[in-house]
Amino acid sequence: MTGATTGRSFVKSNNLYGWLFISIAVILLAAFLLYPIVYSLYLSTTSSKGIVQNFVGIKNYVRLVKDPMFLLALKNTFTLFIIQVPIMLFLALILASLLNDKTIKFRGLFRTGIFLPAVTSLVAYTILFKMMFALDGFINTALMNLHIIKEPIPWLLDPVWAKITIMIALTWRWTGYNMVFYLSALQNIPDEIYEASEIDGASKVQQFFHITIPILKPLIVFTSIMSTIGTLQLFDEPMNLAQAGVTSATTGPGNSLLTLSVYIYNLCFKYMPDFGYAATVSYVIVFIVAILTMIQFKVAGDKS
Amino acid sequence: MKTRNIAKKVIVYVFLISAFVISVFPFYWMIVGMTNKSVDVIKGKMTFGTQLINNLITLFTSFDMKGILLNSIKVSALTVMGTLLISSMAAYGFQIFSSPAREKIYNAILLSMMIPFAALMIPLFRLIVKFGLLNKHIGLILTSIASVFIIFFFRQSIKSFPYEIIQAARVDGAGEFRIFFTIFMPSMRSTYAAAAIYSFMNSWNAYLWPLIVLQTDEKKTVTLLISSMSSAYTPQYGVIMTAIVIATLPIIIVFFTFQRYFVQGMLGSIKQ
Repeated sequence: MTGATTGRSFVKSNNLYGWLFISIAVILLAAFLLYPIVYSLYLSTTSSKGIVQNFVGIKNYVRLVKDPMFLLALKNTFTLFIIQVPIMLFLALILASLLNDKTIKFRGLFRTGIFLPAVTSLVAYTILFKMMFALDGFINTALMNLHIIKEPIPWLLDPVWAKITIMIALTWRWTGYNMVFYLSALQNIPDEIYEASEIDGASKVQQFFHITIPILKPLIVFTSIMSTIGTLQLFDEPMNLAQAGVTSATTGPGNSLLTLSVYIYNLCFKYMPDFGYAATVSYVIVFIVAILTMIQFKVAGDKS
Repeated sequence: MKTRNIAKKVIVYVFLISAFVISVFPFYWMIVGMTNKSVDVIKGKMTFGTQLINNLITLFTSFDMKGILLNSIKVSALTVMGTLLISSMAAYGFQIFSSPAREKIYNAILLSMMIPFAALMIPLFRLIVKFGLLNKHIGLILTSIASVFIIFFFRQSIKSFPYEIIQAARVDGAGEFRIFFTIFMPSMRSTYAAAAIYSFMNSWNAYLWPLIVLQTDEKKTVTLLISSMSSAYTPQYGVIMTAIVIATLPIIIVFFTFQRYFVQGMLGSIKQ
């Protein structure tokens, strides 16, 4: 046998091993990821009442525009991420740049403590917040004892306050998580840059806006997209903040916490099941995520 | 000038300490709540009470807490083991035996990572029903052990694995699977640890998918139990707090034991 043929047979067996190693994962992904993606798209063109399933073309997509519940869920979801995501990421950035200062004492303790909320389960922390923000709960009692408010705030009973409550909860859960991302990137920025700008007379605030933010720009884009996708998929929090959880008639007062994912769940498992229309709503999320991802690739591409 | 610097430092520390207290306070409150009566919890009593034993007894007698905990442990343990094995093997296959065809599959898989779960939920539910996996733990496990993110995460670290070691082992006559199990796996311990933590957290905390798949009480996981306890007509807050602490404890322990891997696991997605 010559060297060339052993080489070829080695490549051939290599190829076989390649398929063997990936086979189980690829079969599972084909069944539980690829097939659902395609089938969901097909479902979105059908209407199913009970077990009868009819092809309706783009009718479901037309129905979206006239569906007040869908429009409300869309509006709620957008309100949440337009207000909450920037506040949270800005807080995370400030915390990260403060903790990057080596003269600060107990940095490790601060970092661990502020990151700690990120290890809690979404359901567990939501229920904790539901108890804290109850009408006669801890937050109202504390605020009244401190004479900050006279009347208890209807945190979870008023549509606007309910949104504020969920934003506070989300900010508590995710600020430290994002901070750790920024912190690890900041640690790669050489100190000399800050030292040089200090000699040039730049203040800390100027450094923050003119050095830290521009350097972190790709990461800020990444975290904003991830947070936005997370908000689009928000389910555990609104479901568990609602008065009676999954069985509630409305999600939050006046459906103020109804998100797209909750609406999809309701369409499938709470109302008379309409999988076709539910799939249509889910593809709205897919389209929004696709657009956001393209924006991210574009911005990240500009940088490199 | 000096006083201004001190004032600035004070502001910075006040800000950091407030952030720290706000972040940590709910943990304190939940541990205190575990020892208090329902009325005291909701009123916001901040000191330890004497109800811990009572709350524990109620939790384990009114609800099948022991069985539910075992369910959670079983599902998470099997999911983590399955995920680590299946996903790391796939990542190894994609990286070490790269070929144009497999590269195409890999890219397609990566692209699908962006598809939100809500879009997969309905067909996945029907699939589970069709295969007779509804209300079975295996239905949860099987659908999550091929994790796109974990495959991606492993592949990123395999890129820095010295290829010469594999070649040397081949020269010595070791088979490909033996190389994977006896040489590759042990030397990638820290990657496996990070992936295990990520996968454990996801599985232990999962809510939406178990809510759909698990339909009877004896199959439920801790997360589902807490959710249904809090939406009862007369919630027993002290008991709920006890359940929340029990559900959160394993993750906190894992976090403090493997802090280094933990953060690495979380950042894995963006490290190149």
